[in-house]
Amino acid sequence: MMRRSTFITYAGLGLFGILGPILFPAYTLSIAYLWMMVLMASTWDILGGQMGYNSLGNITFFGVGMYVSAIIQISIFYEPGVGEYTSAMGAIKPEFTDQQYYWGIFLGIFGGAIAALALSLIFSTFMFGLRGPYFAIGSLGLAIAAAEITVTINYVGGASGISMPMFPGDIEFRSVFFYILCFTLAVLSHFVIRGMLSTQFGLAINAIRDDEDKAEAMGLPTLIYKQIGWAVTAVFMGAIGAVAGNMAGFIDKEVAYPVPTFGIFMVAMVLLGGKGTLWGPVLGAIIFHIVKETTWTYLLGWQWVTLGLILIINIVYFQQGIMGWLQSKYPEMFGIVVDQSNINQEKKES
Amino acid sequence: MNDIIKVTNVSKAYGGVKANVDISFKVKKGSITGLIGPNGCGKTTLFNSIVGYHPIDGGSIEFDGKEISHLRVGDIARLGMLRTFQQTKIYTKMNCVDNMQISVSHRRNSKNGIFASRKGEIRERAEDLLEFVGLYSKRNLISGDLSFGQQKLLEFAMALMNEPKVLLLDEPTAGINPTLINGLIDRLGRANQELGITLCVIEHNMRVIMNLASHIYCLSNGKMLAEGKPSELQNDQRVIDAYLGGH
Amino acid sequence: MFDNLQLLFVWAPIINVQVILDGIFVGAVFALCAYGLALVWGVMNIKNLAQGDFVIMGGYLALVLHSWNLPLPVILIIVTIIMFVYGWSIYALIIRRIVDKDMFVSLLATFGLSLLMQQAMNLYFGPEVQTIDMKLPVIDAFDNMVTIPYSKIISLALAGIITAAVVIFMKKSRTGQAIRATAQDARAARVLGIDTDRVYAFTFAFNSALCGAAGVLVSVIWVIQPFYGITYSVRTFAIVTAAGLGNLPGVISAAFGIGLFEKYTGMIVGTAYEVAAPVMILLLVLIIRQIHMKRNRQVVR
Repeated sequence: MMRRSTFITYAGLGLFGILGPILFPAYTLSIAYLWMMVLMASTWDILGGQMGYNSLGNITFFGVGMYVSAIIQISIFYEPGVGEYTSAMGAIKPEFTDQQYYWGIFLGIFGGAIAALALSLIFSTFMFGLRGPYFAIGSLGLAIAAAEITVTINYVGGASGISMPMFPGDIEFRSVFFYILCFTLAVLSHFVIRGMLSTQFGLAINAIRDDEDKAEAMGLPTLIYKQIGWAVTAVFMGAIGAVAGNMAGFIDKEVAYPVPTFGIFMVAMVLLGGKGTLWGPVLGAIIFHIVKETTWTYLLGWQWVTLGLILIINIVYFQQGIMGWLQSKYPEMFGIVVDQSNINQEKKES
Repeated sequence: MNDIIKVTNVSKAYGGVKANVDISFKVKKGSITGLIGPNGCGKTTLFNSIVGYHPIDGGSIEFDGKEISHLRVGDIARLGMLRTFQQTKIYTKMNCVDNMQISVSHRRNSKNGIFASRKGEIRERAEDLLEFVGLYSKRNLISGDLSFGQQKLLEFAMALMNEPKVLLLDEPTAGINPTLINGLIDRLGRANQELGITLCVIEHNMRVIMNLASHIYCLSNGKMLAEGKPSELQNDQRVIDAYLGGH
Repeated sequence: MFDNLQLLFVWAPIINVQVILDGIFVGAVFALCAYGLALVWGVMNIKNLAQGDFVIMGGYLALVLHSWNLPLPVILIIVTIIMFVYGWSIYALIIRRIVDKDMFVSLLATFGLSLLMQQAMNLYFGPEVQTIDMKLPVIDAFDNMVTIPYSKIISLALAGIITAAVVIFMKKSRTGQAIRATAQDARAARVLGIDTDRVYAFTFAFNSALCGAAGVLVSVIWVIQPFYGITYSVRTFAIVTAAGLGNLPGVISAAFGIGLFEKYTGMIVGTAYEVAAPVMILLLVLIIRQIHMKRNRQVVR
């Protein structure tokens, strides 16, 4: 059963999640973005922290989900189709009924997730023969390529982007609606990941991280595990991408594929909180988000520089992150057994 | 098929160094076969070739009647051939039980699912095998903290967990306290007899291999020098000369 | 697209000369950066993801110096010195602490550095593309179908001189030998009395200076922009992956190859694809490497 500390954490976060927008309505969208960061960090950690495959290109799935969702949402009820809509460059403003909008957005999220999933399976065929830096740079290449190629496709608006359908409802309701979507997806991703890690799957990806050659030599079909890990990441990133597109109201290459910012910040968050732990990414995302929001107010312009500095300082001086540091200081709290008797024995022998 | 491993005219060279030249040998199913020879004669290279670490320059390697010289390590492991390492390779950051659990067999027809529970029968088997090698009391320790001898035992137990058909052991007694060697030999023998695992062992410890193996091959300078029963090889002048350096 | 293809090969094949020359001009610069990357990688096993940003920084420094009306060779020397010092400081502050850590750490640290530099330059210089106009004459050849600015010729010559200087330095000087010794076996080098920390610092600073020099050339023959660094990093990685670490002629040919490929792609399919081109090459190189490794029962590590 769940330990007391875990239960308290869930209760606390759950309360915050549910009461947040009620108590601080002006910050609703901001907290929604927080949950988005939590999802990004948590899913990155599957491959990056638990499996040791640092992907710098997960943002690709985010962007693809966003664009696919836009295509679905517009084409499903707008007869002439997406091509007409985008070539008009915002001149056409289709009127959707409430029902059409909601159907559109839910199908869009679903479609975005599926498209991202399919893409991850395709990528898996040629990316996982690469290790270490090659995988990182290759995945970065994927993100850049996706961004550049999207810009050249006029069907999805090319460089001009796509305006998303208007939300039927007032501003407050809109914020709450998107908040609920972000929160739900974040919670869902957390529990799916938690569930997966508690099975043999979790052991397998940790083994791959620890010594992939040994895992291969023991007959572990590493490719399948890598595919599953990336697929789960893709599904959630695609879904949240779809939501993010609707939240932004307008999507283009920068919104969909923010490689030098969010693409990397998901890595920074995990590092800060502690790679390869269940709560590290969550903690890191929360802290990072708070820092980002406060520096925006006070250091506008220097915000990205500050966050970049945090990343470097973290990496150089504090690699294990907060959770990692806690684990080394208080290992018993995390169920790691340190054999006192063995240690004393070795001391006697030397 | 009586010969579970059949190596025919295998050669492997690294640049100018001819590590293996035209080697042929067979391992009978269910037996314990030894591979001996002075340092640098190419034993580990041969093992590496068999399990798929590098491509061979020529010849053929058959496992259970199937040609495997072009297959990769993972495929060969899934066919049922595992090896242990001279410097022991284990998952140093995980504890012993986890090391064992993840070593479970992943062959096509095995029922070990990807999302199987970590607390069920896999864990039970893991703990039983740890008991078998005498590491039960250390099961929750991080494996990287174990002594070298204990790590070797763990690696051996992990191999057993995988239910292989054949286990290639690279110097299993090297670096082990002499008092523990008997225990290891005993367990190797039991693995062979009770679990039916064929063993092929590289060894330098003559007492060990002469008592353990039913058939022994001796390599020298990359070539197959002699083969036969332990008693035959012990008195073979060529083998004695190879070890003492006389050519 | 097909119009451009026909233009190239049927109606006005002389344009090929222009494209090839452009490809060679940028290729020379790529070769400089790639050599530096391979050096740092080979000696310290650091994969410097900020390589492109060092280049852009050199370009901006050149821009500033040019606005003070300094002549190009002087700019080159000053930038090289500044970037050398900069590289040494970065080594002391950051790289020294991650040299013996695992690969992930070095990758992310340099990526963090890349981010920092990009954003800082963006803040300071603004996001518009800039270039140095040398106001030098332009050669018009073949009926004005091919234009060769003098500035590009000078840049090519300078690139050649720099490369030659680097090669001679690495082969003949004591420091160069120390670097090569450390690259082969750091522990042995240390045992023989080589201060490996200084060698690492020097190597990193050297690479930084090399990138800076390349950046000066880029600002003359092309354009710079705070976020263009990533494309240079991607290119140099592709080159080093394709050519291998110790292979200077390989690096040079791969660099020219990429330069040509990019220019041809830009000519045939349009400049919109010019950024995608090096990325596509990188992915292609990685895929080909995997297939090659798979035949050897290995993976790309």
